[in-house]
Amino acid sequence: MADIQGHQPVGDAIISANDLCLAFETRDGTVEALRNVSLDIGRGEFVSLIGPSGCGKTTFLRVVAALEAPTSGSVSVKGMTPDDARRARAYGYVFQAAGLYPWRTVAANVRLPLEIMGYSRSEREKRVRNALDLVELSAFGGRYPWQLSGGMQQRVSIARALAFDAEILLMDEPFGALDEIVRDRLNEQLLALWRKTGMTVLFVTHSIPEAVHLSTKIVVMSPRPGRITSVIDSPLPPERPLEIRDTPEFIKVAQGVRLGLREGHIGD
Amino acid sequence: MAIGALMRSLLPVAAVVAAIISVWYALAVQMNSDWALDRAGQNGIELSFGALVKNTMSQDRPLLPAPHQVAVELWETTVEKKITSKRSLVHHGLITLSATVFGFAIGTALGILLAVGIIHSRAMNMSIMPWAIASQAVPILALAPMIIVVLYSIGVSGLLPKATISAYLSFFPVVVGMVSGFRSPDPMQFDLLKTYAANPWQAFWKLRVPASMPYLFTSLKVGIAASLVGAIVGELPTGAVAGLGARLLAGSYYGQTIQIWSALISAATLAALLVGSIGIAQRLTLRRMGMLR
Repeated sequence: MADIQGHQPVGDAIISANDLCLAFETRDGTVEALRNVSLDIGRGEFVSLIGPSGCGKTTFLRVVAALEAPTSGSVSVKGMTPDDARRARAYGYVFQAAGLYPWRTVAANVRLPLEIMGYSRSEREKRVRNALDLVELSAFGGRYPWQLSGGMQQRVSIARALAFDAEILLMDEPFGALDEIVRDRLNEQLLALWRKTGMTVLFVTHSIPEAVHLSTKIVVMSPRPGRITSVIDSPLPPERPLEIRDTPEFIKVAQGVRLGLREGHIGD
Repeated sequence: MAIGALMRSLLPVAAVVAAIISVWYALAVQMNSDWALDRAGQNGIELSFGALVKNTMSQDRPLLPAPHQVAVELWETTVEKKITSKRSLVHHGLITLSATVFGFAIGTALGILLAVGIIHSRAMNMSIMPWAIASQAVPILALAPMIIVVLYSIGVSGLLPKATISAYLSFFPVVVGMVSGFRSPDPMQFDLLKTYAANPWQAFWKLRVPASMPYLFTSLKVGIAASLVGAIVGELPTGAVAGLGARLLAGSYYGQTIQIWSALISAATLAALLVGSIGIAQRLTLRRMGMLR
């Protein structure tokens, strides 16, 4: 019941979770944030985790990032433990809030990880320029965060995660706080970015259109206990303009996701 | 436009000052009239209201000196006296100022060091904080003479004992403010640094220190005012040698109320200047950091 999709390890998985459990002790007793979660993510895939709040999608992302330790089970990231992968700076993490430092300019914010990781001055300048180019904010390097809109701030935070050579991009509802119009534009930009960089993206969202539009694979999760209820491989082509959302294929995948979400709620 | 705005903000300030001064005059007339009437009665003179009011504002040792008497005394003891004179308020003010600034520097450094220790060590958090709070619960008036006497007995006198009391009063707001400041970034910010595998040193300098700047200046403003109080209190038990505190004490020995009030107003002005200069430093720093819009 908990593990509908039988777990078959994939040879070239860049992220591989095996029978992952994580329980929090709270005042109201034990909360099972994750139960028996197994998932393989191939190199270069765009995988969305979707589900209602409390389904453990963010927790799973945090486990992959070694920001949270599982109670049992194992995860490997690029063949390492999550903590070793973190130390090897294997991933860039984008939080729900942009979280830019108000005392740093846009360029200096993007430079932050590079300073911490000890890149040379010339290398830092080059990388900041490239990262800002990727998110189309080259003209804004000298501005302070408060001079930017929410969507632009989130793009800066993506540039910050792209500035160093991480192969994996972990994104925790990065566009959740933005309005629909901005969100659609950022979805298109993110897709273009993903194709250009060939990164592996693990993306947490609670929006069905967003998940279907972006992903090569959609992982549907359900709460109490947090678990995977279905994994849907998207048949959509890699080239995905916004209009793809009106095609029958898109609607069919979206229906599949909605069905998966509903099934997860049976028994609640 | 700009002048209009200036007038609009100046007008309420002027109104409040005018109100304070008129209440002050009224109180001076009321409080000093008993003595004036007594004197007149002893000499068998009948005082008209006009003569009474005039008398209450020109006594040598009034209960409450009139504002202009204090103003005249202030003018005479700052502008007209040489700075080297023992009666110069500038001379006394500078002595108090040096103790204030010295003590403030010690207190601020100590406060920041303690805050750094407290945020990085649970043991320090548990052990230092209660003592810091207890230290401020002891009345400084009770403690100051002991500090002076103890330091004097080991051969330390002059600036340092007063500065010690200033430091004692000013370290506390700095500890409290900087602990909050260093802890002010939200957990997400620390998570972000963790994803970069940043070490605690980097987290401190790149995140905690810049984030604490607004807190630092707020603490410094409270700290420097406390420091000035400490320096003045530290001058009281030394037997009224020098400093604004000594002027206050000497004034009260000899019933020189005008001298007391001028010393008080000098102290208040000094406090305003000190707090104001920290305010300027705050604006400059935060603007430089891009944190002022």
